[in-house]
Amino acid sequence: MSDAARGPFWWRSIGQRLTVLLAAIAAVLAVLSWWMVTSFAREAAERTQDNVLVASATTIAEALRSEQGTILLELPYSAFAMLNAIGEDRVFYRVAAGGETITGYDDLIPPTLPERPGDVAVRTISYRGDQVRVVSVQRTVLAGQQPVPVVVSVGQTRTGVEAIGTGLSRTAAVLSVAFFLLAVGLGAVAANSSLRPLNAFAQAVTRRGPSDLRPLRRKVPDELSPLLIALNRLMERLGQSIRRSEEFIAEAAHRVRTPLATVRAQAELALHTVEKENEKKMLRRVIRAVDESSRSASQLLDHATVSFRAEALARDEVDLADLVVRVAESLSPTAEMKDISFRLDATAPAPVRGDLILLESALRNVLDNSIKYSPGETEVSVTLSQDDPAQWRLTVRDHGRGFSAESLPALTGRFTRGGNVDKIVGSGLGLTIAEDVLIAHGGRLELATPKDGVGACVSLILPAA
Amino acid sequence: MRFLLVEDNVELGEAITGRLSLDGHAVDHAKTLAEAEEWLAVAEYDLMLLDVMLPDGDGREFLRKTRTAERLPVIVLTARSQVSDRVDTLDLGADDYLTKPFDFGELEARCRAVLRRRGTPMPAVIPLGAAFFDPSSGMLTQDGASHTLRNRELRLLEVFARNQGQILSKSQLLDRLFPQDAEVSENAIEVYVGRLRRRLADAGVQIETVRGMGYRMSAP
Repeated sequence: MSDAARGPFWWRSIGQRLTVLLAAIAAVLAVLSWWMVTSFAREAAERTQDNVLVASATTIAEALRSEQGTILLELPYSAFAMLNAIGEDRVFYRVAAGGETITGYDDLIPPTLPERPGDVAVRTISYRGDQVRVVSVQRTVLAGQQPVPVVVSVGQTRTGVEAIGTGLSRTAAVLSVAFFLLAVGLGAVAANSSLRPLNAFAQAVTRRGPSDLRPLRRKVPDELSPLLIALNRLMERLGQSIRRSEEFIAEAAHRVRTPLATVRAQAELALHTVEKENEKKMLRRVIRAVDESSRSASQLLDHATVSFRAEALARDEVDLADLVVRVAESLSPTAEMKDISFRLDATAPAPVRGDLILLESALRNVLDNSIKYSPGETEVSVTLSQDDPAQWRLTVRDHGRGFSAESLPALTGRFTRGGNVDKIVGSGLGLTIAEDVLIAHGGRLELATPKDGVGACVSLILPAA
Repeated sequence: MRFLLVEDNVELGEAITGRLSLDGHAVDHAKTLAEAEEWLAVAEYDLMLLDVMLPDGDGREFLRKTRTAERLPVIVLTARSQVSDRVDTLDLGADDYLTKPFDFGELEARCRAVLRRRGTPMPAVIPLGAAFFDPSSGMLTQDGASHTLRNRELRLLEVFARNQGQILSKSQLLDRLFPQDAEVSENAIEVYVGRLRRRLADAGVQIETVRGMGYRMSAP
């Protein structure tokens, strides 16, 4: 349909679009927060291990003493006890004076060593198949008169730190997923509630009757007010153009019919006063021509009225039985002139929904046709029946010339007349108007020849209300 | 019958007046609503023919006003679109509605229908020998027995009754009886004349055939 209809399914709805975008943002934020928590946790655990290792190495270094030029060390228990706080990690150490191992693991040689006393060197090295964090501190010990730099290195495997890091990372992941889900839920709620005014607005427009063109007066959010203003302007223009069309049709009808009426009345008056047969003949021709053009003009205008009224079809409740009585009553003087009698069989209320004026026009055209094509002193019957509960059938049956079989399918076409109309005045629009009205109401027109082969049967079929 | 015609178009008004006078009706022609009110103040009418678009106002407005004042039957003449205008005119209280241009036969039929619906008593009963003919109701009464004539018989009898003693040609009668949109042969007249003769058989009036000229109604 429109551009908005293309793209993935969720792109078609603003609500879903908003929800998906909010969810994507929440996902990015969740991943980011998980990553940050994890890395902070690891760093904190590492720093703790480093501090403990520094404390341990310093404690060992403090325990160094020299006796008669020899450097002695009694390993303090506390130096290792504090390392147990981290976890069940293995501990390595080495105390070296000037490259000579005094005690500990000979091969625990960190790649960088502190250069001055008080310096601390921290490195992670690969040692005996494990990642080991090694801290080295330097202390100068006087061996006799000679100051000797002593390096104390303490290392510890990283299993404990890793375990803490992994545990915190898992907790952070669970929390991130929970926050993500919460954010998606809240996002959907937010999208929904911010779209509620739009939905309410749309419903207010939808609920209106098709001919209700009054401006919409309701409070809408600022974002919707341009839409509201545009819609109201459109309805105003539409209303104006409908009024203009109606006025135009009324005016056109007036302009055409008044002079025709004058010509017809004068001609008819003259017809009754002239004596000569050929003058009478001429006047009869004038009257026929006037009738023909006035009928065409009326039906063209009716057709125009029907076309634009059908665009914005009213949905009033109309009782077909009542309509039949009224239309028959208004046409009865016309029928009486030919001594045609009406037989109405329409008593039960037959409610349909639609435009009273259009339905009346449809029935009037059909009945008018029946009277026109019926010989004098015959009967036209109108029967209201129900084939099934969902539809009404209004059958108009006359005893006229009927439909010629070959023209039957084409008769509802514009300006189409049957092949057997002789000199009866007509425009060929009557059945077209009736059919247009019925189709606009969801019904149809059926033309048939009655079973006994006399006359015509026209059925107006309409859905029941 | 006495008509008040309210129509601003002078030629149309004159034609209508002329045509109705031909059938023996009296017509006063008002060109404006003001003029119509003057006529209504001084004369009694059987029926008003009212155009809806008049120079000094909307005929429908006038209709609303006169309807409340008196119960004069009104047939509205309009040149406006048939579908949309009909309903509200009848709602305003007009008795019927006729779209211009119209056939005088139809106007007559509608006037008759309106008066019949209203139950307006008509004074103009025409004596035909031993029978009495009421053109408004179409009743032919003789010796206390009434018979309702069909529309064409009625119209034909009315023409004869109003022109007693005169010769009326078939073509003249045809024009009175059938609308011009129908092609009818002059033989149809013979059928209706035949029927009228049977209806009037005991009344003592005759419809003679004047060879080569037409028919004449004569009392014995």
